[in-house]
Amino acid sequence: MITEIRDKVAEQLEKLDGIVALRSTEDGAAPYLFQQGDNLEELVMNPRYPLSKTASKLQKRFKDAKLGVVARGCDVRALVEMAKRNQIDPDRLVVIGVTCTSEEAEFCFCAEPAPNLDQWSGSTLIGEPVPGAPPNPIVAEYAQIPYAERWAFWKAQFTKCHKCFGCRDICPVCFCEACALEDPLWVEPGLLAPDFPMYHLIKAQHMTTRCVGCRQCEMACPADIPLTVLYDLVRQDVAELIGYVPGADINEMPPFTLTLADAAIESDLVY
Amino acid sequence: MDYKNIQTICPYCGCGCALNLEVIDGEIVGVLPANDHPVSQGSLCIKGWNAHAFVGHEDRLKKPLIRKNGQLEEVSWNEALKLVAKNLGSIQKKHGADSIGVLTSAKCTNEENYLLQKFARAVIGTNNVDHCARL
Repeated sequence: MITEIRDKVAEQLEKLDGIVALRSTEDGAAPYLFQQGDNLEELVMNPRYPLSKTASKLQKRFKDAKLGVVARGCDVRALVEMAKRNQIDPDRLVVIGVTCTSEEAEFCFCAEPAPNLDQWSGSTLIGEPVPGAPPNPIVAEYAQIPYAERWAFWKAQFTKCHKCFGCRDICPVCFCEACALEDPLWVEPGLLAPDFPMYHLIKAQHMTTRCVGCRQCEMACPADIPLTVLYDLVRQDVAELIGYVPGADINEMPPFTLTLADAAIESDLVY
Repeated sequence: MDYKNIQTICPYCGCGCALNLEVIDGEIVGVLPANDHPVSQGSLCIKGWNAHAFVGHEDRLKKPLIRKNGQLEEVSWNEALKLVAKNLGSIQKKHGADSIGVLTSAKCTNEENYLLQKFARAVIGTNNVDHCARL
């Protein structure tokens, strides 16, 4: 499959200014902007990085460039959420979608291991889509914990936090220049572990209509906090309560983003 | 138009975490963890995540400064080192070698840190050597 990806990238580079993908080096692999003339033998697919975030960064820096990105299912879902929030310009981005293997999907507990490219014009899918993997068993186990004990569960987890901000920094859908986690109004500076539960619940609340389940936060966490258990549960609630699935539809605005003109006044609340 | 990552070792402490410096057109703009690295295994602490910040910071000192008549003035390395040597020498003579301590740094190489402890012990004559990464 890697040969097919490299061939596609070579073909697209004739039309595009550059393509974001992973490049292997002597020391490992990391995101790179491939351009014509680069050695595509160096293009690899592992270890995973949030390439959608790199694409956003480069689109902002090179405002006229037409770029491509080699993206897995979670990368494409992140691109959708970023496009809705004006962090990605879909008209200047061509997606080369790559399906994950069953093993990769199982590792990530990923329900949608194949990228959905219906809404990305000029895009290509490489690889055979595999079925979604079963959800993280810890989520089901957690659901059995009585409410009274859940507080203690999370307190024990979040007390391990070093406050490295890595979960935020690696997150493909976190982009705010002024972050509430660094605002003394919400999170008292200088505390380790950070304020419980404020710090982590602000992050979880901001993830409600964004988290695409890529698990980068959990992989970057030096304290092994099961962050995606929390975000999976939040995502389930959002899907059940308001029918919103992050990353599914580029034309569906997130529920927390609405204008007064769009808002139908149907509430029975008396103000 | 150029974007690449350069893998290096975090300068802040003795752990030796690897990190990737994100470079756009020759300017370091950010840090990514090194996911396959045996030491850091894709994680970093808050210092590592911000290890790029000082490189191009406007407050970074680029030349030695000596305070003259209450004002800091840029001087040559020769002049700065002469002043440091003269003052260290007079303090050592007046108050003894153990009145001086040497703080080394994780931002230096092993060899530079070796030289500094050698300087403390063999030149100044004190065992007062410490290191920011031990804090």
